[in-house]
Amino acid sequence: MSPMADKLHFSLVSPEKELFSGGVDSVTVPGSEGDFGVYPEHMPVMTAIRPGAISVMNEETERRIYIRGGFADVTSEGLTVLAEEAVELGDLDPAKLAQEITDAEEDVRDAETEEKREAATEQLEYLQALASAMKD
Amino acid sequence: MASLKEFRNRIDSVKSTQKITKAMQMVAAAKLRRAQEAVENARPYAARMSNVVASLSHSMVDQPGAPTLLVGTGESKTHLVVVASADRGLCGGFNGAIARKAKDLISGLIRDGKDVKILCVGVKAFEQIKRLYGSRIIDVISLRDHKYINSGHAAEISAKILEMFEAGEFDVCTLIFSQFKNVMSQVPTTQTLIPAIEGISESGELPDLGGACYTYEPDEEEILKVLLPRNLTTQVFQALLENVAGEMGAKMTAMDNATRNAGEVIEQLTLQYNRKRQSMITTELIEIIAGAEAI
Repeated sequence: MSPMADKLHFSLVSPEKELFSGGVDSVTVPGSEGDFGVYPEHMPVMTAIRPGAISVMNEETERRIYIRGGFADVTSEGLTVLAEEAVELGDLDPAKLAQEITDAEEDVRDAETEEKREAATEQLEYLQALASAMKD
Repeated sequence: MASLKEFRNRIDSVKSTQKITKAMQMVAAAKLRRAQEAVENARPYAARMSNVVASLSHSMVDQPGAPTLLVGTGESKTHLVVVASADRGLCGGFNGAIARKAKDLISGLIRDGKDVKILCVGVKAFEQIKRLYGSRIIDVISLRDHKYINSGHAAEISAKILEMFEAGEFDVCTLIFSQFKNVMSQVPTTQTLIPAIEGISESGELPDLGGACYTYEPDEEEILKVLLPRNLTTQVFQALLENVAGEMGAKMTAMDNATRNAGEVIEQLTLQYNRKRQSMITTELIEIIAGAEAI
């Protein structure tokens, strides 16, 4: 077997740009029907993704990336994750995130119109999801 | 005959115009680099998305209950034409080419007896189309105030299109934008957005599954329900980015030409100015000599 066949070709793309592309050992994806792991030579699957962290394992190191809204597509060529939004959890600063959550909570309280309140609530939920994904 | 002072004024005014066009060219060049990067960064997502849609729709298209976004309403009576152009002028024939393409398409549709509705994204094509088809334009969206276009803007536009589609206001949706080939050439292109299946047969390719069958989670219908609107957004987003890059490319070329033209005009005016000055000196000299001889 060639060395590449031991690796899973994984690419993570968001509308703005390609965030990751390359060979990895395995990826765990939060599918809409439950988390599932993808290893090399996985059978073709196409699934929607629920907001959550995907974990990318390569040579004993783990990278966790929070994604929101998108699809995972497994073909014989590898795994493609189309994410509406992706944030590298390793890059996040917990203190800063906590501050942002506090700000968002204030925004929800101070919102003058219903529309603004909804937007602020959405932002708050997103930040809280990020925070809980970090703790896992 | 113009006096020397008038010549000097004209040369000065052309010079300041040249300075402006030169500056605009440099600004366009800087923006072009950014826009080009954005287009290239967005391409993988769009390409993958269209592959996914292609493979999904391949298995869905002949089944009853396939979403209307994919296979259409079964009619093609009312057409929505989305015309995406730039919001600013001074970029050569860029907006004109888009407007011309749009007019051709619209007049063809009308000749075939279809109802046509027009949604303009960007005011420049709107200004040209409204003279002919003003009553058919339902809305104009301007992105002028946004410095950079992100997928949020595209999402707003596609949400509007979807809302109208769900209200049954049109059967077929076509997008006109300018494809960015390179700095010198932008090709006005039409793309069918709804029904999506037509756009797919135009561009998408089927992935090689190596004989295996796809498993869908939850099922095809559910995924398509989420995927198709998103695909619409992606296509709109891609078109907007291509447009920005094309606009900047066209502007750069146009301003480069203008700068060069101004240079030529200055050269000519300077030549005329010098001739005039010399002839005046000669006349003065002749007068002095003639006066001296008379004494």
